[in-house]
This record gives sequence, structure tokens and C-alpha cells, in this order.
Amino acid sequence: MQHGKNRFIFSFLAIPVFLYVVFVLIPYSGAMVMSLTRWTGTSTLDKAQFRGIANYLKLLADESFWNALKHNGIVLLVLPIVTLTLALLFAALFTQGLKGARFFRVVFFFPQVMSVAAIAVLWSFIFHPTMGIVNGIIGAVVSLFGGRWSAFPWLGDSATVLGAVIAVAIWQAVGFYMVLFIAGMQGIPDEYYEAARIDGANAQAQFFRITVPLLWETIRTAIVFLAIAAMDMFAYVTVLTNGTGGQSRAADVLSTYMYDQAFGGGNNANPFGYGSAIGVVLLFLILGLSLLSQRFTQRDVLEY
Amino acid sequence: MTGASERRSNATGTVLKIVTYALLVVWAVIVIYPMLWSVIAAFKTDSEIFSSPWALPAVPQLDNFVRAWTKAQIGQYVGNTFLVIIPGIFFTLLLSSMAAYVFARFEFQAKGFLRTMFLIGMMFPIFLGLVPLFLVMKSIKDLTGIQMLNTFHGLIIVYTAYSLSWTIFFMTAFFKTLPREIAEAATIDGASHAQTFFQVMLPLAKAGLVSAGIFNFLGQWNQFILPTVLMSNAGLPDGVTRYVVSQGLYYFQNQQRYRSDYSGLFAAVAIITIPTLLVYLLFHDRIEKGLTVGAVKG
Repeated sequence: MQHGKNRFIFSFLAIPVFLYVVFVLIPYSGAMVMSLTRWTGTSTLDKAQFRGIANYLKLLADESFWNALKHNGIVLLVLPIVTLTLALLFAALFTQGLKGARFFRVVFFFPQVMSVAAIAVLWSFIFHPTMGIVNGIIGAVVSLFGGRWSAFPWLGDSATVLGAVIAVAIWQAVGFYMVLFIAGMQGIPDEYYEAARIDGANAQAQFFRITVPLLWETIRTAIVFLAIAAMDMFAYVTVLTNGTGGQSRAADVLSTYMYDQAFGGGNNANPFGYGSAIGVVLLFLILGLSLLSQRFTQRDVLEY
Repeated sequence: MTGASERRSNATGTVLKIVTYALLVVWAVIVIYPMLWSVIAAFKTDSEIFSSPWALPAVPQLDNFVRAWTKAQIGQYVGNTFLVIIPGIFFTLLLSSMAAYVFARFEFQAKGFLRTMFLIGMMFPIFLGLVPLFLVMKSIKDLTGIQMLNTFHGLIIVYTAYSLSWTIFFMTAFFKTLPREIAEAATIDGASHAQTFFQVMLPLAKAGLVSAGIFNFLGQWNQFILPTVLMSNAGLPDGVTRYVVSQGLYYFQNQQRYRSDYSGLFAAVAIITIPTLLVYLLFHDRIEKGLTVGAVKG
């Protein structure tokens, strides 16, 4: 079967590899090189000036960069913790064999398949000062106590906009991780819970002593996925703040800052070099986070 | 052994059940209500949206949908999106299966290297490559005269290139599950490798292709950052647009700050969500299993 084998392999791999190299690998590696240059982008490749790490030094001194990074940090703390807590909670509730479980699963998972743009537009209405549900509900509750609640611009106020953006991300993410954990939990043999029950363990003990440890690998994966998502947030911030990054850039994140610097047509004299530098920083942050979280969540893996 | 402790734990069991249901219902409401509210609002007039946000519309305003489709160009956005993702999905599936088949069935020197190469695409953030990608597209025009930016074929090629990583990964695993004997029988019968692939193995891979096709449909329909960077309306007359749905919806939202067509915007969101809702309701089992298959360990 050797005849023509290599020719066949080559012919089948040629186009996918070519496309991938040109449009994925070259850009990825090109970003590293580009981040070391100064380049207005209207000139051709050879007019790019090599500037060494000057772009990175400029980043270090850039207040907006640290502002965006800080926000990513906040998302990084809040998004995984809240999402995983809710997802684990709901998954645990599900394994009790409830009626209508299928209905709930189908409903909870749906936000995950919706377009982020549609979700963000939807939530920009929900957070709307006058017609939005959030203010409507708060207003109704407040008036029950005889108070008055005036229209509050959740997305327009620099103190609340980041929180609102994170809330939307959580809303979309919980269903996915819940389904992930349910799938993982279904692999845990019933005998373990039986034995624990006989030994007198209550639901809480069963959860923390059996479910969580056996689900740990899945939880670790979820943490990495969510950390990566926390470093993205591009669509959420862009649509919910109309591209501005929020009042006084209160919801700006690295991805939106990078877009703004590279394509925003501002007064940046070196859009592509500077933008690439931010992209490279993002890469190293993500790689570093993935490695760190893998390290810190390392446990002796329980085999069963 | 029904004693006091048993009865007590039965009582706690019931309380637990009630609390469980309550929590699940609360979250279900949090998920469903915003979407329901916006669908209802899509049938209201602008003034109804503001004056009576909780009530049903007096008269269903179907005109909102017409306006969203025509004036707000949602119709064009949907058309453009299909124009891009139908070829996009086709080429993604075709090229990925070809590569995946080779990875799954053959041994050769460059295999490990190439597989790792494709895996990198799944690990690195797309932001890293955005700026250079933009310049690569521009350089292709400079070098070959083929316009890539702001074109449908350009977007199709980029969508395909970025979908290869995941789809090859998925289809390789799938091809590995197919029995060797059938392929071997075909070769004994004198079929070439290519014939074996196209006439025997690919039809057998239908289930995997359907799943991969669904995921790519969802992923490419919802794609936001790539079209935002690579597709603009430069050089087009008023009223004509190249945007796809995600960027089009965002653009519409931007516009309505000046034109204030909230009801139209609600209708637009509803229209855009319909394809994903349909695909989801039809295929949710597959979707759930497929999206989580790579992440569940053990």
C-alpha cells in the first residue's frame, strides 16, 4: 500500500496547511516581529522601522494600558469564581434526578449558542435607564417600601459598567459549564454515594468529599477556559459600551484597547506596531495564566 | 426502620427538593425572561416600549420587522452572512476531513509536527494575529492584485483558515473510530487512496460531519471580531452593505442613538436569533455533547 501514499498525503494536506500557514501562523509569528517596529501601516513592509522594545516600554508607561489590564484582572477574579460556583451548584441540583431536568438543561444552555452581539444588544436594553428590566424590577421593589427609584444608567456610569459587562458574560457562560459538569458527574459511580450515605454522610459532605475531587480535572479545564475568556471580552465590551470602553474607559479591556490603538484611527503614530505589542502581551498573559492555573490546581488525580 | 430520624430526613429531603426547584426556576427565569421580553418588545411601538415595558403590545407591530429587514438592512446582513458561511462551512469541512483522514489513518514523518501546528491555533488568542492578519490581507493585494480585505471571498478564506484547528481535531478523533477493514477492502478492490476517501470513508463520516457542520455554523454565524476588522463598507453606495449579522447588528445599535428606532432594533435581535434558535432546538443534544467532549476528562 506504499505506492502513491506519500503523494496522496501531500495532496490532501497541501491546501489546509497552506491556508493555515498564510492566514494563521504567519500572523501569529508576525505579531511578535511587528511589535518591535514602528509602522504607520500605509507604507509597505520595508519602511517599517525596527525599534526594539520601545513599544513595550511605551506600554509600561501607558496609563490606559494599565487601566485596561486592571479591568481584565477584575474580570479574571469575578468571572470564573461566580460562573463556576453557579454552574457547580446547578449541576449538583440536577443530579438528584428531577422531573423536567431536560427542559431546564435545554433552557440553561441556550445563551451559549446565541450570538454575542445579539446578547449584548439584548442586555443593553435590559440595563437601559428608562425602559430596562433591571431598573423596572428595582423600581417596583423599592416602591413597595414607599421609596422612589430613578432611572439609573448601569452602562453609562463608570462605577457600574464593568460589573454589568461581567454580569452579561456570566449569564452566557453558566449554562455551558453546568452541562460540562453534569456530563462529568454522570461518570461518577453511584456506589460511591451509596457507601457515603451508609456511612452517614449528608448531601454537603457527599458533594465536597466525592463529587468535587472526582470532578477536579473537569473543573481545572473550566478554570483555564474561563481565564482565557476573561482576557478576551471584546464583543461584550464593544457592544455594551458602543465601542467607547465605557464612561472614562471604565470597562476598557486589553482586547478593546488593542483594537482601538490598531484600528481606531486615533492619534497613535504607530498603530500597528503598538497594537501588535498589546497582542503579544495578551498572548503571554494567557499562556502564563494557563500554566499558573494548571500548576496551582495540581492535585493527585484520583482514578476510579 | 421508619423512626423519628427517618421522618426528619424525609422532611429535609422535601425541603431540599423545593429549594432545588426554586433555584432552578429562578435561573430559568433569568435566562428566558430577557429573551421573551425582547421578543414581545419587538412587536410594540417605540412609545409602548417606554411607557408600558411590562405589558403586551396593543396591536402587534409587524412593521417593526419589515423596517428592520429593509431599512435597517438586516435582510442584507443575513444574506451576506449566508454568502460567507455556506462556502465557509463547506470548505472547512472538506479541507478538515481531508487533513483529519490523513492524520487518523496514516503514519509519516511530519505527522507529529503538523498536528501540533494545528493545535496551536486552538491555544493562541485570535487577538495576537489580528493586526498582522490585516496586513497579510493587504499584502496579498499588493503582491498578487487579488483584493482580500472587504471582500466576501477574503472573509470565507479567513473563516476557513481559523476553523481548521478545531475541526481537524474533532474529525481526526472521529475518523479514528471508523473501522479499518472497510478502507482496506476498498484498496484490495483496486481503489486509490483518494477514491477510498471520497467514495467510502467520507460517506461513513456523515455523523461527524453533521456535528462539525453544526458547530461551524454556530461559530461562523456568531463571529464578531474577524468581520469587524476585515470587512468594511468602504466604497459602497448608501443603502448597500457588506456587513455580516453580528457587526451589522452592532452598527444598527450605534445608529439608533440618532434615529431612535428601538422597536426596529428589538425586531432585528429577534430576527438574528431565529436561525440559531432553530438549529439549537433541532440539534441541542448533539451540540451539548460535542461542545463538551473535548473538555470532560475521565
